[in-house]
This record gives sequence, C-alpha cells and structure tokens, in this order.
Amino acid sequence: MTAPILEMRAITKTFPGVTALSDVNFTVAPGEIHAICGENGAGKSTLMKVLSGVHPHGSYEGEILFGGEPVAFKDIRASERRGIVIIHQELALIPHLSIAENIFLGNEVATNGVISWNETLRRATGLLRRVGLPDKPQTRISDIGVGRQQLVEIAKALSKEVRLLILDEPTAALNDEDSGKLLDLILELREQGIACIMISHKLNEIRRVADSVTILRDGRTIETLAVRESSGETADVSEDRIIRGMVGRDLDNRFPERTRYTGEDAGRTALSVANWTVRHPIDQQRKVVDNVSLTVRRGEIVGIAGLMGAGRTELAMSVFGRSYGRYESGTVQVDETEVRTRTVPEAVKHGIAYVTEDRKTYGLNLIDNINRNISLASLPGLAPRGVVHEHEERRVAERYRESMNIKAPTVFEVVQRLSGGNQQKVVLSKWIHADPDVLILDEPTRGIDIGAKYEIYAVIDQLAARGKAVLFISSELPELLGMCDRIYTMAAGRMTGEVPREEATQEVLMRHMTKDRS
Amino acid sequence: MTTTSTPPTDTPPGRDGGGQSRSPGAVLLRSLRTNMRQYGMLVALAFIIVLFQIWTDGTLLLPNNVSNLIQQNSYILILAMGMMLVIVAGHIDLSVGSLVAFVGAMSGVMIIKHDFPWVLALIISLLIGAAAGAWQGFWIAYVGIPAFIVTLAGMLLFRGATQIVLEGQSIAPYPEGFQNIAQGFIPEMGPYTQYHNPTLVLGVLVTAFLLFQEWRDRRRQVQYELDVLPFNIWVLKCVAIVAAVVAFTLTLASFRGVPVVLLIMCGLLIGLGYVMRNAVIGRHIYALGGNKAAAKLSGVKDQRVTFLVFVNMGVLAALAGVVYAARLNAATPNAGNVFELEAIAACFIGGASMSGGVGTVLGAVIGGLVLGVLNNGMSLVGIGTDYQQVIKGLVLLAAVAFDVWNKRRVGS
Repeated sequence: MTAPILEMRAITKTFPGVTALSDVNFTVAPGEIHAICGENGAGKSTLMKVLSGVHPHGSYEGEILFGGEPVAFKDIRASERRGIVIIHQELALIPHLSIAENIFLGNEVATNGVISWNETLRRATGLLRRVGLPDKPQTRISDIGVGRQQLVEIAKALSKEVRLLILDEPTAALNDEDSGKLLDLILELREQGIACIMISHKLNEIRRVADSVTILRDGRTIETLAVRESSGETADVSEDRIIRGMVGRDLDNRFPERTRYTGEDAGRTALSVANWTVRHPIDQQRKVVDNVSLTVRRGEIVGIAGLMGAGRTELAMSVFGRSYGRYESGTVQVDETEVRTRTVPEAVKHGIAYVTEDRKTYGLNLIDNINRNISLASLPGLAPRGVVHEHEERRVAERYRESMNIKAPTVFEVVQRLSGGNQQKVVLSKWIHADPDVLILDEPTRGIDIGAKYEIYAVIDQLAARGKAVLFISSELPELLGMCDRIYTMAAGRMTGEVPREEATQEVLMRHMTKDRS
Repeated sequence: MTTTSTPPTDTPPGRDGGGQSRSPGAVLLRSLRTNMRQYGMLVALAFIIVLFQIWTDGTLLLPNNVSNLIQQNSYILILAMGMMLVIVAGHIDLSVGSLVAFVGAMSGVMIIKHDFPWVLALIISLLIGAAAGAWQGFWIAYVGIPAFIVTLAGMLLFRGATQIVLEGQSIAPYPEGFQNIAQGFIPEMGPYTQYHNPTLVLGVLVTAFLLFQEWRDRRRQVQYELDVLPFNIWVLKCVAIVAAVVAFTLTLASFRGVPVVLLIMCGLLIGLGYVMRNAVIGRHIYALGGNKAAAKLSGVKDQRVTFLVFVNMGVLAALAGVVYAARLNAATPNAGNVFELEAIAACFIGGASMSGGVGTVLGAVIGGLVLGVLNNGMSLVGIGTDYQQVIKGLVLLAAVAFDVWNKRRVGS
C-alpha cells in the first residue's frame, strides 16, 4: 500500500462546553474517493474545518500530515496553497459576477494589480472544458442552475491546483441528473490523481463512487470500511452496515415518563395536512416539499425524522402561514375543519404555533428583553383596546421565568445575554402563552446542554398531557424515539415512512431517511 | 419635561440569579448603568446648558430666550419624533425636509392666494402630509423598495413640486391666527400678577399629574409584587421632578407664558411615547426593527406596520411644515433645507441605532434639544455658522462613538 496523502492523527477539538471531536483518526490514500458518514452533529463538518484551516492550528489537539509531512494551517488560504480545497454545502459564489470572475476570485490573474482579462478567460475556458461545462466564462452565475454552479466551484478548485478536494454534501441541492453528472466528474478527477473527501448522507451515492468510507459518531471515528478493494471489485459493505455504524450509540439521553392526555376529545385529529407541495422560492423547478400528508391527534406527540435537506423545516414553515417557498397545493385542517393559513396571523388564529429551529434568526428579538419576547405573539390578548397591560405582561413573563426555569435575574434581561437553552425556553414560553392547539417544534433541543434538554422534554410532555397536538421535528433519533407516539420520516421532500412507536428503532428510521427517490 | 415616555428603567445587568442587593445606592447605580445612553444624553444636555449659561453670562436661560429656544427648534423636534419611529422600524426618511417645504407651500397657496380659512387649510395640509407618507409607505412596505431610495426620490419630488406650486417665489404674509401656531402663546387670564397666570395653573396641573402617575405606578408595582425603588430614592425622584417642572414653569411664566407650539410638542411627546411603549403597534415597531423575520413569524403584520409608520411621518412632516411656514410668516421654495439631516442626527444623538429596534421618542427630543441648545448658545456667544457646523458634526460623531464604546464595554 502506498503512503497516504492525508493522515489526521488523534484530532481533538473542543468548543466551550462541547467536545466536537475526540481522538479522531482519519487517513486518505492517494487518488481515492473517501466518504465520511455520520448523523447531523457527529463532527463531520468540524473535522473538515480542522483540515482546511477554518479552525486554525493550535485550536485543536493532534497532528495532520499532508503528503507525508506535518502541516499547520493558520487559515483557509494556507491549506489552499498546499492544494486542499473545500467546497461547502452552501455555494460560495457571487451571483452577480461572471463564471470566470468567480473562478479566479481572490486569486486573480493579474500583474501589478491589473487584471489580465484575456488570460483569465483563456484559463477559465480550459477549466470549464475540464469539468464539462458548456457555458461561456462570461456568463453570470445567477443565470445558471445550481448543478452548473457546483461545477463552477469545482473548476475554481482546479484553478488552485487542487490535490485533495473536499465536498460537503455536494448533491444535497441537485436533482438526479445533475447529481449523476457531478459524481461522474468526481470519478474522472480521480483518474487525474486528485483525491477526494466526500461528506454525504446518500448511501447509494457512496456505494457508487467511494473507495472507502469512514463513519463518525458523537465526535469519534467508529470505523473505516473499504467499499472497493484495490483490485476494483466491490467489497461487501451493505447500507445496513453503514447505518448501524452511524446510529449505534448508547441511549444515554433520558426522557421523562410520558403522561397520557385523558380529555374527552383525546384521539381526535387536531392537525391534518394533505397533499402539501411547495416549491423552492428561487429555483422553482425543485419541489422542496412533495405531496406530503400527515395527521396529529390531540395529546399526541408525532415526530418527523429526516436528514438535512429532507424538507422538514420547509414543510413546517410553509404550513405555518406559508412562511417558506412557493405554495403549490395542499390543504390544512385543524380540528377536522379546513382552515386557511395563508399568513402567519391566520395560522396563529387557528391555533397553530411554530417554534423555529433557528431561534436567533427567526425566533427572538435578540436586542430586546425576555418580557417583550414572550409577549410578542400574544399581544392582542394582553392589550385590551390596543394598549398593552404592562403589569399583567410582566407578571406573565415572571410566571414563565419560574415555571420554565429560565435562568436570568429578572425578565428585563436582554435575551442576547442568555445561554442557548434559556433562549430556547423564552421562545417556547412565547408560543405556549399564545395557547395554540397545535405546536410545531423544530429542533427544540438543538445546541443546548443535556440538563436543559430534559427540562424541554418535560415541557413538551406537559403540553401533550394538556391535550395539545405536538409535531416534533428533530435530527436526533434517540430523542424522537424517547418522546414520540409516532414518527414520520422524510427524504428529499417526500414522506418515506410512518413508524409507530413500538416498531421504531434507529435502524428502521435511518433506512427510511436514506431512501432515495424511487 | 415629562417622564411618561421613558422605557422601563429598571433593567439590572446582574448575572447572578435572584441575589440582587437591595441597598438604595446599588439599585440606583444599576439603573444608571443600564440606561447609560439615555442618562448620558441627559447629562450631556445639562452640561451644554450649564456651559452656555456661564459663557453667555446667563442670557441662555433668560425667559425670553427659553421661549425663543422652544419655538426655534419646534419643527426639528416634531420631525425628530416621527423620524425616531421610522428609524426604530429599521428605515430612514430623507424626504421630510422637502415635504416640509411642499406642505408649507400648499398652505401658503391655500391661505394667501385662495383665502381659505386657516383652520381648514391646516387640516388639508395634514391630510396632504398623510397622503405623501402613504405614497412613500406604499412603495416601501408593499412593493419592497428600500426606504433610502424611495425617500431620496421623495426628496427630489417634493422639492420640485414645491417650486412648481410656488413658481419659484416666496409668498407672504399669513393671517395672525395661522402665525400663532408657531409664534403665539396661550392667552393671559385673571388678575395681574408678576407671572403669566394660565402658565402657573398648567404648571401646577402637570406637577400634580406627574406625582399622581408616579404614585400610581408605584402602587401597581407593589400590587403586582414587582421590585420597586426604595422609598427614600423614590421620594428623591419625585422632588427632582417637582423642582424641574417648577423651575421651567416659572421661567416661562415670567415671559409671555406657554408657547402654543410647546403644547403641540408635549402632546406629541406624550402621545407617541405612550404608543411606542404601551400600544401593540409600538411593540410591533420595535420587534420589526429588532428582528424582522422573527417578528413576522410571531404574527406581526410587517407591511401594515411599516406603512403606518410612514403615514405618521408624513403627517408630522406636514405639521412641521405648517409650523415652519407660520414661524417664517412666509412659504418659500427653500424651506426645510437639510431638516431631514438635523432630524436624523437628533435621533442618533438621542440613542437610536442604525440597524433599528432601539430608541425612544424622548431620546429623539433630547437629541434635538442638544443640537438646538448648541445652535442657540453658539449664536449667542458669536460663533459663526461655519464653526457651528463643524462642532455639531463632532457632537454627532462623539455621541454615537460613546454609544459604540459603551456597548462594547458591556460586552453584548
């Protein structure tokens, strides 16, 4: 066996309070395509950020050998100079500039600060031919589709004389045809001696192109499997094997005992979404949510599992006042009556609440205090004749500060200064006080510590026990298994399964979640 | 000055849960620290007043100059109050100076050229302002064009319209009733005293009202079991309020009494302050400026709120236009030049944030007064307008720099 092109040894990376990577070893052979698999939060992106210098040398422990010699990158430019190029999931192209300008952005073909356009175009044309892109280099990025933009990113990487290409979920935003083209290109690049690390959730893609696969879980390397022997024949790595590696962790999260709702309308359908289809707000060819139907009964907690990009958040936000994408078709029923939820106020009026996955962008007014954040969604109730009853508002906020155990000296603390867990409790308080019948919780425990998680689970349990219908979106399977009565799975915008609690295991869910479109 | 429109002032930055110290000094200090911006500007205003009071050998606070100060700055203060709402909502309005001119011109045409009764002309003028605000609000809120661009267009548009309406000429004079909006005082009544009687009565009423307000607030806070200021500090606060109102009342009463325009401004300050603090729409304005996406997802009707903010600005610009025309006793094509910039500067000096979501109506007034006293004081000591501009520019920069520094120090 030849010497590896990349060796990462005993990498440990900690963020305040969290160990993101712990003693990770990772090796890439020259000219191989090496896939990295793992659940959301397993540490894949962090590992790549360590490698590419986003987390500079010194901020992690362990050592990196590239081409046999130790390296210490202080930023991305340092790693690019050595031929390591990372292509992020969100493309980093400037939409108003041309293909050629984007390829050479930050790396312009210039003498004494003056750009040579002829040389730029000549080189760009060559690179575009190499990646098989028929467009002219003068074409604006905004005029070509996402699939072609992905190719431009690769051309940009090639312009930097790449030796190791890192692709973070390269096909997540692409349709089947574009995905196929991209994978072919990666195989071609391998022929030219360029090694490639590919983070992917799509197991069939991994089986198609990868030579080996490394599985990460909870910040550790679990195992590295050879997908293809060096002789070229496919080794026996089944998707089941990979899935088991991805999810096989101990259930060390704890969950409160579920309390049953015993009201007379228990079991009645509270929310029913039928044939819901939504298109991407910009790329209108893509159906982000494709003919989805689901129901949630009173007192029931229903999970939605899915990997990143499966369309869960998009489904939730579009149901909640069409806050995402372009609505195409579908109906919403609350309490078995069809309702219109075309705007957020309409959705709120019909008793639907949505607690966002991104509390800082969509959930909180960070510069305002706890008091006013909690009251924002229910001001009319606190304001007879349009004037806010301040003392009542403050008393409500104090009540939630106590009952939700929000750790802050007073309700006038600015939410920016609270920890993630406490911020999440503020968002939850806001929507609980709005007293909805249906709560859609989108990753309610993301980025908060174990103790606070338990408190949030307890709150969710109490909501269901009071007869609320809860739709629980999460990327953490143990949490869904621990809390939900039923779990839907989504992949690529479609419902791919509905699993009752008794039958649900991580393996079953993961199989549904990684189903490709049929 | 009233205290009704200040935001909740008891926001301790303490980090340890529950264990706040209750000693009066600590409470006061905590309150001071968190309201650094507002108090900082009040202190700066007081400092500037004292400085010029000494520098001008006491001319600054002579009763006639105080009246003059109020009347001279009224239109900027009116604009600044409306501008504060716009800035809090996360927008800007560059057109108000031109709108002042246009509405002034329309009032002149109606009253002087066509002999409209001035009350009717006043009402129509305010409606014109509302329509202009609605026009701009439509493009900003419903079409989604940035306010900077829409109001830049408005700035050109209304200035041009002014020149068309006036055919490039000033027109004058206005009837006395109209002039009184800016130049008049409330009429004297009752027997001769050394002071202006209705002003004294008003002063007593305002004092009583403020004390009542303080007392009711305190009682409610106790009733709801919320933290209250320690009793002795609270008494001190009440004494300070009474002293300030009494001093102001006596100053005004020893000249010609309360200027009409002061009543208008106080009404606006109390009304808008109340709306911003207590009304649902006020909360929605802060929420929109603070985080538009989160506000929308909480059910705030962002388009309607934005639209109404600009309608309000239009009406206030029209009011300022009427006041300015009345003060000048003429409608001129150049009226309101750079008023928009003065109003915007007043807001930023008074604690507004460029990114929206922060600021109070009282802050805008304080900011406007800082600029106004500087103008007046510097003119009294004979500093030329050239140097005045330089100094005002530096004051604006210093106020905002202080803000930035203060925020970084607190570490948010």
